[in-house]
Amino acid sequence: MNLHEYQAKQLFAEYGLPVSTGYAVDTPQAAVDAAKTIGGNRWVVKVQVHAGGRGKAGGVKLADSTTEVFAFAKKWLGQRLVTIQTDEHGQPINKIYVESCTDIDRELYLGAVIDRASRRIVFMSSTEGGVEIEKVAEETPEKIIRTTIDPYVGAQPFQGREIAFGLGLKGEQIRQFSTLFVNLARLFQECDCSLVEINPLVITTAGNVHCLDAKVNIDGNALFRQKRLAAMHDTSQEDERETLAAKFNLNYVALDGNIGCMVNGAGLAMGTMDLVKLQGGKPANFLDVGGGASKESVGEAFKIILSDQNVRAVLINIFGGIVSCATIADGIIGAVKEVGVKVPVVVRFEGNNAAKGSERLKESGLNIVAAKSLIDAAKKVVNAAGGKK
Amino acid sequence: MSILVNKRTKVICQGFTGAQGTLHSEQAIAYGTKLVGGVTPGKGGTKHLGLPVFDTVRTAVEATEATVSVIYVPAPACKDSILEAIDAGLKLVICITEGVPTLDMLAIKARLAIGNTRLIGPNCPGVITPGECKIGIMPGDIHLPGRVGIVSRSGTLTYEAVKQTTDRGFGQSTCVGIGGDPIPGSHFIDILALFEKDPATEAIVMVGEIGGTAEEEAAAFIKEHVTKPVVSYIAGVTAPPGKRMGHAGAIIAGGKGTADEKFAALRKAGVKTVKSLADIGSALAKVTGWK
Repeated sequence: MNLHEYQAKQLFAEYGLPVSTGYAVDTPQAAVDAAKTIGGNRWVVKVQVHAGGRGKAGGVKLADSTTEVFAFAKKWLGQRLVTIQTDEHGQPINKIYVESCTDIDRELYLGAVIDRASRRIVFMSSTEGGVEIEKVAEETPEKIIRTTIDPYVGAQPFQGREIAFGLGLKGEQIRQFSTLFVNLARLFQECDCSLVEINPLVITTAGNVHCLDAKVNIDGNALFRQKRLAAMHDTSQEDERETLAAKFNLNYVALDGNIGCMVNGAGLAMGTMDLVKLQGGKPANFLDVGGGASKESVGEAFKIILSDQNVRAVLINIFGGIVSCATIADGIIGAVKEVGVKVPVVVRFEGNNAAKGSERLKESGLNIVAAKSLIDAAKKVVNAAGGKK
Repeated sequence: MSILVNKRTKVICQGFTGAQGTLHSEQAIAYGTKLVGGVTPGKGGTKHLGLPVFDTVRTAVEATEATVSVIYVPAPACKDSILEAIDAGLKLVICITEGVPTLDMLAIKARLAIGNTRLIGPNCPGVITPGECKIGIMPGDIHLPGRVGIVSRSGTLTYEAVKQTTDRGFGQSTCVGIGGDPIPGSHFIDILALFEKDPATEAIVMVGEIGGTAEEEAAAFIKEHVTKPVVSYIAGVTAPPGKRMGHAGAIIAGGKGTADEKFAALRKAGVKTVKSLADIGSALAKVTGWK
C-alpha cells in the first residue's frame, strides 16, 4: 500500500525526521490560506498522486506569490496527472500539498527496502540525490553505500555515522544524519514498511540535513496491525476494478489486451496469461480467484472481467485443489444469468470435481466452449477473440 | 526414498481445531499421513479427529515424538507459531498460511539461521511424498509415486506439473511448494540440494515466477552442484513491471526479476526451459529419454 507524500511526511514528523512545514489542501482558497499560515513569500506546491515523475510532468512548482499558489491549485485540483510512471489516463489529483520553500546546498539519496537476497532491511545512501537511483545503481554502483539492519538488534548510531562520513557530511550534520537514520529505521520496522525513500535528502544552505521528499510503502500483509496507516489508503489512486476485486478477496490487475482471464492461483494465472500470449492473443487482465473461492466471489470476478469494454472473449482456467470446479461453475452460471454475456467463454476445468463442473455448465444451456487441455483452451479463446493480433 | 517426509514421518498440526486445520487434517489422515496430534492453546487434553490435542508444541512433541509440524493458524499469529515450533526442536515446519508480514519473516529467518529447523512456506501448498505422506492443501489424487522431484513457488502451477508427470506415468518422488512470498523459509537451492542427494529422484522440475533472484541463484547452484536433468518453467513473461501478480513476491521491481532474465540464467546453467507450461511433461521426456 502506498502513502501520499503528505501522509509520509506526517509520519516522518512523528518520528522526529526534519521535514518542512506543510498542509494538504483540496481547494484553491485553502491552498492560499495554507501559504499564509506557513508565512514567507515563497512556497513549493505539489500535486498528491501515487506516481513518481511529478516534477517533469508539471505537478510541482515554486510559487512566488499567493496568486501563483491559487492558480496552481485551481489548474490541477480535479484533474489527472500523467507522468512517465502512470498510464495514459494518469492519476486523479484530489489534494495539493503546500510547503515552505527550502534553500538547497547539496542533494543526497537515502532509501530502504527489504532485500530478498540477504533477507534483511537494507539502506542505500548516495551522494547522487534527486536523480533516478536505479540508474546510479546500474552505472556507478560504487556510489551507493549499502547498510544492513539486523532484525533483532535494529539500526545503530554507528551505522548512521559510517554513512554520514561516506556521504562527506561534516560537523553537526554527522549527528543530525545519524539520528535521522536510526529514526527512519525505527519507522520502517514499527510501521511495517516495504520501502521508504527520501529523494532528495538535502543539506540546506544553513547546513542542516532535511527531508525534501518522502515516499513510504506499507506491507499489505501487515495492515491488520497498522490500522491507522490502513485508514490512509487512497483508493482513488487505483484502478476501480482492482479496488472492487480486493473487496471480494480477488487479485485483479488490469492489462491492455482483449482476452479476460479467470484463474485460481497466482502462478497459474500468470502461466495462463503467458499461454494466451504464446498463442498470439493479448490478456486483458490478471485475475486470481484464490484458494477459498466461493460462488459469490466467482460471480463478482466474472462481472469485473465483463465490465472491461475491451474484453472480446473470456478464458476460465481452474485447477481445482481446495476449490471445487462445481462451485466455480455455479458462480459463472449465476453471474451470466444476472448480467448477461455477449462474448464467448472458454472453460477448462481440471482436478477437484472437474467433470461435475463441466456437466453443470453444459446443462445450463449457456454459450460456453469446453476445452480439453491448456493449449486447446488458449487456442480456442484466441480464436474467439478474433484471432492473432 | 524421497525428501523431507515419508511414511514414517510423525506430524503434528498447529491450528488443528480451526476450520482449515480440521479440513486438511482429515484429508491428510485419509491419505495415510502419520498425523499424531495437534496443538490449540487452551484445548489441551481434549481429542479432535480422534487424535490428542495439546496446549503447546513442546508438550505435543514430548508426548508424540513428532518431528514435523504443519501450521494453519491465521497470519497474525504465524510468527509466534513458527518460533514456537522452532523452539520445540522440530526438524521441519511447514507453514501453509498466506499473508504473513514480511518483517515477521525477517525475524524468523534470523532465528532459523542459528538452529537446525527447516521451514517450508509460508503461503505454500505444502509437501507431499506420493503414496506415503501428504502435508498441506494439495489434492492427493493427482499424484503418483515415482521419480520426478518437483519444487515450485506456486500452488496451482505445481498441480499442473504434477498432473503432466502423472499422465505420462513418470510420477513424483516428492513435491515441495516453497511458496510465493518475497522471503520464503526455504529457497529453490535448499530443495534442489536435497533432490540431488535423493536416489529416488531421477529428474527435477523447477517452477518459478517473476520477481526476486531466487531462480538466478538456483541456476548458479544447478551449474555447480546438480547432475540430474532439470526442466524449468517461469511464469509471468507477460507481467508488466511494478504490478504485483497476486503473490507478494511476484513483482518486477526496478526492471529486475523478469521471466526472460530467469530463463536466460537457467539455460546458461544447462537447464531445459519451457515457455509454455503445457510443455513440462514433454520436455521431461526429452531430457530423460523416458517413454
